[in-house]
Amino acid sequence: MKNAIIQLEPLTCPSCVQKIEGAIKSLDGVDKDSAKILFNSSKVKLDFDSDKISIEDIENAITALGYQVLKSKVKAR
Amino acid sequence: MQRWILSKRNQVMLISGILIAAAFIGKVGFKSEAVFSWGLIIASILGLVPIAIQAYQALKVKVVSIDVLVTIAVSGAFIIRNFEESAIVTFLFLFGAFLEQRTLNKTRSAIKELIEMAPESAFKLKENGEFEEVDVDEVEVGDILLVKTGAKIPVDGKVISGEGYVNEASITGESVPVGKKVESGVYAGTILENGTIKIVANRVGEDTTFGRIIELVEEAQDSKSEAERFIDRFSKYYTPAVLVLAFIVWLFLQDIELAITILVLGCPGALVIGVPVSNVAGIGNGARNGVLLKGSEVIQDFSKVDAVVFDKTGTLTIGNPKVADMESYTNDTDEALSYLASVERESDHPLAKAVVEYIGDTKQYHVENTDVIKGGGIVAQIDGRRVAVGNVALMEKENIILNQKARDDIDRFERKGNSLVLTAIDGELQLLMGIRDQIRPRVKEDLQRLKKLGVKNLIVLSGDNQGTVDLVAEELGLTEAHGNMLPEDKSAYIDKLQKDGQIVAFVGDGVNDSPSLALADIGIAMGGGTDVAIETSDVVLMNSDFSRLPHALGLTKATAANMLQNIIIAVGVVLVLLTAVFFSQWMNMSIGMLVHEASILIVILNGMRLLRYRLSNN
Repeated sequence: MKNAIIQLEPLTCPSCVQKIEGAIKSLDGVDKDSAKILFNSSKVKLDFDSDKISIEDIENAITALGYQVLKSKVKAR
Repeated sequence: MQRWILSKRNQVMLISGILIAAAFIGKVGFKSEAVFSWGLIIASILGLVPIAIQAYQALKVKVVSIDVLVTIAVSGAFIIRNFEESAIVTFLFLFGAFLEQRTLNKTRSAIKELIEMAPESAFKLKENGEFEEVDVDEVEVGDILLVKTGAKIPVDGKVISGEGYVNEASITGESVPVGKKVESGVYAGTILENGTIKIVANRVGEDTTFGRIIELVEEAQDSKSEAERFIDRFSKYYTPAVLVLAFIVWLFLQDIELAITILVLGCPGALVIGVPVSNVAGIGNGARNGVLLKGSEVIQDFSKVDAVVFDKTGTLTIGNPKVADMESYTNDTDEALSYLASVERESDHPLAKAVVEYIGDTKQYHVENTDVIKGGGIVAQIDGRRVAVGNVALMEKENIILNQKARDDIDRFERKGNSLVLTAIDGELQLLMGIRDQIRPRVKEDLQRLKKLGVKNLIVLSGDNQGTVDLVAEELGLTEAHGNMLPEDKSAYIDKLQKDGQIVAFVGDGVNDSPSLALADIGIAMGGGTDVAIETSDVVLMNSDFSRLPHALGLTKATAANMLQNIIIAVGVVLVLLTAVFFSQWMNMSIGMLVHEASILIVILNGMRLLRYRLSNN
């Protein structure tokens, strides 16, 4: 399990949070309970299984929704 | 392609706005229905594209978002050839989103300022002996770093060479530079104002004190109270419910106009955004003013506080006690003092420090079998003699006889507000010392302000004797004062207050009163950025600045009120709109969208007021 903190461009609509949450939780390899979207700081925090999914795949899922990823940090759990 | 369109949202908004204006000029100025219709048709389609893309993406992840409602509504208006409505609604929706982004960024600015104080790069010693600039993420524990004048210290560490003055305002709130030399600790995010130092990294990144403060504030601004979680759950079902309602209206009343109007009016925007906006602005104001508030639950609780319980030493007083009076009951005072100093040197209790400081240079004895009696003092062996140092309770426990003179002295010392340190050697009382602490300047005024803000009980709990505590309480106008309390007595007392139904805040320095900090509804730490204080408390007053306390309370009250206002505005607007749509003639989609977007802006602007909040002096 790895832990990722993904910094997005500033989120402005609360339904963005729902969308990103929906997108991320549907990814295989992402720990659903750990996924947290912080509206005000515009960050996504999640744990994922690096054997099943890469951080790039997660980033792509978010950018596909139209939200720019500024920076992501991955740490081993 | 989709991404490109979304990134051009603002341009789309602008063009569609111009088209709408042109359409109306065409109609009024040139009586041209064709210009009017075509202008609006193009504006509608253009404006709908980015909204529809967002709606599609939301549906793909099974979320019925506002975009979905608006897309359906606008398409509906378009189909029934109401181009005026479809164009204006899309424009207002885009324009609203644009303004929301601008204003939201403002409300978040205070916290952003804090985060931007984080160091970004460091000069790291490479294997070739040169210092090279690297990203701060690449610094690891044990690395040796060079910090030059004017630079931010990148990590928590220790100075290994050089000296300089550091501004630690980002950690402690104190902007007077602190001198640093070899062996001094330095903190990430502080600024080296002059000098050049080399440091070794002890803690890096999120583990540094500054990193933790940032993480705490970031978590706090997005933490949710019970009410917010309810609103979130509610809005998850609310939007689909609006969709269903509109569908039913269309099906049974055959009124497309009404159905699509409901879709627009039902958007929950202001409700969802109102509370987070107040929260982020309130916490941002705090962060700017040396008050760290750990989230919206804390704001709610603190705003309703009934009783504030204070630790005395280090909280109401400066916490740097000094020996003020002394009596000796022996012929060999010097020897007794040397014994006392030898025992006290081993302790880091504030009273012990005061004693050691007072005695100064003296003969040092070898101390054995040191036994710390909690809430009493220390018992130890020196050269086979039993030395007891502590309060009256310890002396009684040690069966030491206090003669009439000693008793009179003790009374006299206590009346002056002294804490007592008695020294007995082999069962005989030798020395009595009275140690006093200074009350912090302006504490009295600050306490008065707390009372004015509606705090009913101001209580001091202390391990010191009752006389000292009463004296402080009297001087400061506290409602209750209890002395001779062990840490567990303090938490028991807080428990009792809570059982009486009071919401209790505890203010302490976080060193030995963490049980009370944790137990109280609101634990407030007076910490110069100490780790313990940051971890266990709900509110941290930076730089141990007591005057931040009334500001903190006033701010939480203002923030809680602001949240309530925003909820009332949001719910009120939806209710008015829904009533209007069924019972009035003037309501249509465009007005609905206008009111809806306006209500979102109003809650954001209302939240923004908190950034400027200041406690008035009277």
